[in-house]
Amino acid sequence: MTEPAITPALVAKHNLTPEEYQRVLEILGRVPTYTELGIFSVMWSEHCSYKNTKPLLKTFPTKSPKILVGAGEENAGIIDIGDGVAIAFKIESHNHPSAVEPFQGAATGVGGIVRDIFTMGARPVCAVNSLRFGELSNPSVRRLFGGVVSGIAHYGNCFGIPTIAGEVYFDKSYEGNPLVNAFCLGVLRHEQITRGAAKGIGNPVFYVGPATGRDGLAGAAFASQDLTEESAEHQRGAVQVGDPFMEKLVCEACLELLATGAVAGMQDMGAAGLTCSTCETAARAGTGIEFELSKVPQRAPNMTPYEIMLSESQERMLIVVHKGREEEVKRIFDKWDLPWAEIGVVTDTGRMVAKNRGQVVVDIPAKKIADESPVYQREAREPEYLKAVRAFRLDGIADTRDAAGDLKKLLAWPSIASKNWVYRQYDHQVRDGSVVLPGSDAAVIRIKTDSLPVMSAELAAKTKGQVVPEKFVAMSVDCNATYVYLDPYEGGKITVAEAARNLACSGAVPLGSTDNLNFGNPHNPEIFWQLKESVRGLAEACRAFNAPVTGGNVSLYNQNPNGPIDPTPTVALVGLIEKPEHITTQWFKDEGDVIVLLGEVVDEQDALLGLGGSAYLQVVHGKKTGTPPRIDLAREKTLHTTLLGLIQSGLVKSAHDCSEGGLAVALAESCISQHIARETPRLIGASLDLSTFKSARLDALLFGETQSRIVISCAALDAVKVIGRAKLMGVPAAKIGVVGGSELNLAMGETKLTWSLPELHDLWWNSIARAMR
Amino acid sequence: MNFAVLQFPASNCDQDAVHVLKNVLGHSARLLWHKETTLGEVDAVLVPGGFSYGDYLRTGAIARFSPVMQAVKQFAENGGHVLGICNGFQILCEAHLLPGALVRNRSLQFRCETVHLKAATADSPFTNKIPADKLLRVPIAHGEGCYFADEETLSRLVARRQVLWQYCDANGALTDAANPNGSLLNIAGVCNERRNVAGLMPHPERASESLLGSADGRLIFESLIHALSHRENVKVA
Repeated sequence: MTEPAITPALVAKHNLTPEEYQRVLEILGRVPTYTELGIFSVMWSEHCSYKNTKPLLKTFPTKSPKILVGAGEENAGIIDIGDGVAIAFKIESHNHPSAVEPFQGAATGVGGIVRDIFTMGARPVCAVNSLRFGELSNPSVRRLFGGVVSGIAHYGNCFGIPTIAGEVYFDKSYEGNPLVNAFCLGVLRHEQITRGAAKGIGNPVFYVGPATGRDGLAGAAFASQDLTEESAEHQRGAVQVGDPFMEKLVCEACLELLATGAVAGMQDMGAAGLTCSTCETAARAGTGIEFELSKVPQRAPNMTPYEIMLSESQERMLIVVHKGREEEVKRIFDKWDLPWAEIGVVTDTGRMVAKNRGQVVVDIPAKKIADESPVYQREAREPEYLKAVRAFRLDGIADTRDAAGDLKKLLAWPSIASKNWVYRQYDHQVRDGSVVLPGSDAAVIRIKTDSLPVMSAELAAKTKGQVVPEKFVAMSVDCNATYVYLDPYEGGKITVAEAARNLACSGAVPLGSTDNLNFGNPHNPEIFWQLKESVRGLAEACRAFNAPVTGGNVSLYNQNPNGPIDPTPTVALVGLIEKPEHITTQWFKDEGDVIVLLGEVVDEQDALLGLGGSAYLQVVHGKKTGTPPRIDLAREKTLHTTLLGLIQSGLVKSAHDCSEGGLAVALAESCISQHIARETPRLIGASLDLSTFKSARLDALLFGETQSRIVISCAALDAVKVIGRAKLMGVPAAKIGVVGGSELNLAMGETKLTWSLPELHDLWWNSIARAMR
Repeated sequence: MNFAVLQFPASNCDQDAVHVLKNVLGHSARLLWHKETTLGEVDAVLVPGGFSYGDYLRTGAIARFSPVMQAVKQFAENGGHVLGICNGFQILCEAHLLPGALVRNRSLQFRCETVHLKAATADSPFTNKIPADKLLRVPIAHGEGCYFADEETLSRLVARRQVLWQYCDANGALTDAANPNGSLLNIAGVCNERRNVAGLMPHPERASESLLGSADGRLIFESLIHALSHRENVKVA
């Protein structure tokens, strides 16, 4: 079969610049083959190489004594949680595929991240996602939203992983370019950590999983371009098709195989498929790898080497096996009725060599292509729009005249409203570990001994008689992209702070984080400035909360013909809860409990009183502008420590952070968010008196988004103790009301407001379902 | 007791069932691979939830032909106790061990949420420990859980008290709003005429520890364990 000749036009079509092509020529010392050109194109795409963001990513804190596998080392980071147990987790985007084909795009996003976790030798135990769409009034947005949610549900439910938390925002900037960020967490014993390294010269290399087809051809490269209508249509073939049934079998078979001890290294075939998995495993081990393409199982006839190397067919794994133990691989994969093929061998040449019926079609130094991609220092320039943002004042905005109505509007706003329309489509309870379900500040799972992967005979003997105590892991994924758009640095800090606050509210101490940087085209200096500034904020906040970054993903070129998305650096924080009795939820519990506000009610230093970038300004005044609230990380950290101390002393019955919609939304949610069963919410009233707080504006008091605030409730007898201890720690604390009754009542001097709970619940619970009808 | 929990490719509640039977209830439970042709020494069989064989073709349609199901049929014919949960219920219907069928939810969406259930009768090996006025809070998680049968079958089920569990509201009323999937007569689970085989869509194994929000599901397992320990002293093989 003859391959096309390499021309400048063909090089350009592969998104390689003339300079990058020059580097290819230098590395190879000759003109690349067509297949090699394709390989460089995907391996040097942003998705695989981080060529535009490497210098920024280096500024993240990545170390802690608990980190067993750090950022960038492997497919996912791993953190010690004590008693010989560890967790592996990571977040990854599938934005462009989901824009083009929402169901399969989102489904394979879940499949990819789950594979990254079991590749580490961990059993995947829960999934989380972070989604962004345009506004639901647009029918094509509803189609994308519905498609993405059912795609995630299809894959996760069938695989059998609980999708236990997430966030969804709706904003015009995401129209046509939705964001689908999927997170997965797995558990394993320290000894079970598996490396994606092609170790041991002479070891055979196996391909396992379903046959390779033409789907997902060069998807990584597709993900690293601007999305246009034309490209979307043209690239539909670049979207992979997922089969969660296969993934479940591959996962079980791999974990079973790992327990035999026959595996020297394992890597999934994700982005850039066979290409990435072969050269990365060789690069990590400092070895070479040689394989025969005709031995790769193929489901389409006459596939070319180019297609086989670049296909992103799903649910495939590359496994390096200790020589002489090939029969164990065959036995286990036969048991699970899964295809396997011995395709090659580990060599000492340092080169990735692919042959097609004996003829060499690829011969590249593995380390050079995997680790020595070009790195760019992009130009950054402060965006023009920020001038207007900073100049914005409240002078032209009249104070609220209908606070009662405004709260209803906010609760019904899809970005604030309950996401039950979404999470009721996800199985969030399979695996018998879901302790706090979606709908509270952070989700909590229990890790029990039988959550862990099956042990090798050797490890079982070693750990015999050791009882692993149950562990409780909390997680929250957050990003208020409006803040990031209006002030990337401060917004970046708040992203992490909010996630950490959510963990604190559940009773957890942060262990680590994983981030997904979703931005527009980095060649635009204004976009790159957003990226740079928000990374500066994220890094600073991750340091402040002792939440080192263990890995993540960068997704650039998120723009549609109308412009870029709001900068969205999504952060997932994972934390540990010491004892089950410390697990705390957001809803009020008992009549007569006292409601305490921890934190300053309104930041009077802020010229906008916490209303800049607020949901209130967007929903009630139609304005998405103003400098967002400031955050003091040291003060925020003290707030978390204080709350945790109170929780661990058994004094806190509920804790809910104030975020979008401010104090009023936090209070309303504390009254209406407990869910007993289908059609059976538990509504519990509250009476608040905010008369003692002086604020120039009622809207700032009720709906301002001043940072570092948490609404807690405690037994009446404990209130004095709680307030006293908080003040001792330097955290402002005040009794603001009492739990009880069948209404939400708010008094502020002369102003008295009353809301009916069933009405608030209906607006909050049903508004997304109504928009989707 | 000795429980066998069947394991099909892509069963995914198999480990949960073993966890509850063993660690929570203190009985012996082991996984039984779908290619096995005999059950060995067991007191009861549990067919767990999941997506057996990817639920391709139709939920449970392929699983019914698996070797292990032939052994389960024989076991049931000999009077052995079999409980199917979720996909397990679908498989037992497909295998004609239980009457009726489970079709797409009325909402056309997968539904995961806690529901209220009531036992329609205490006269079965699967409900004998459930107090008459007790409402159970148990999670569901399915896309095809709408129970369907022709009218003749349905009236026979009612007449012979084969309807074991029904979806109800917080007051125990069998309302339409409380019905999560459109099941006829709000049926959540049934048994066969001989009363030794039962299936239900809700997941009692996810409601067996108060840490997870409800321990009501234990009553179903405890009923079965009670029945097994009080049956006449004959071993079924």
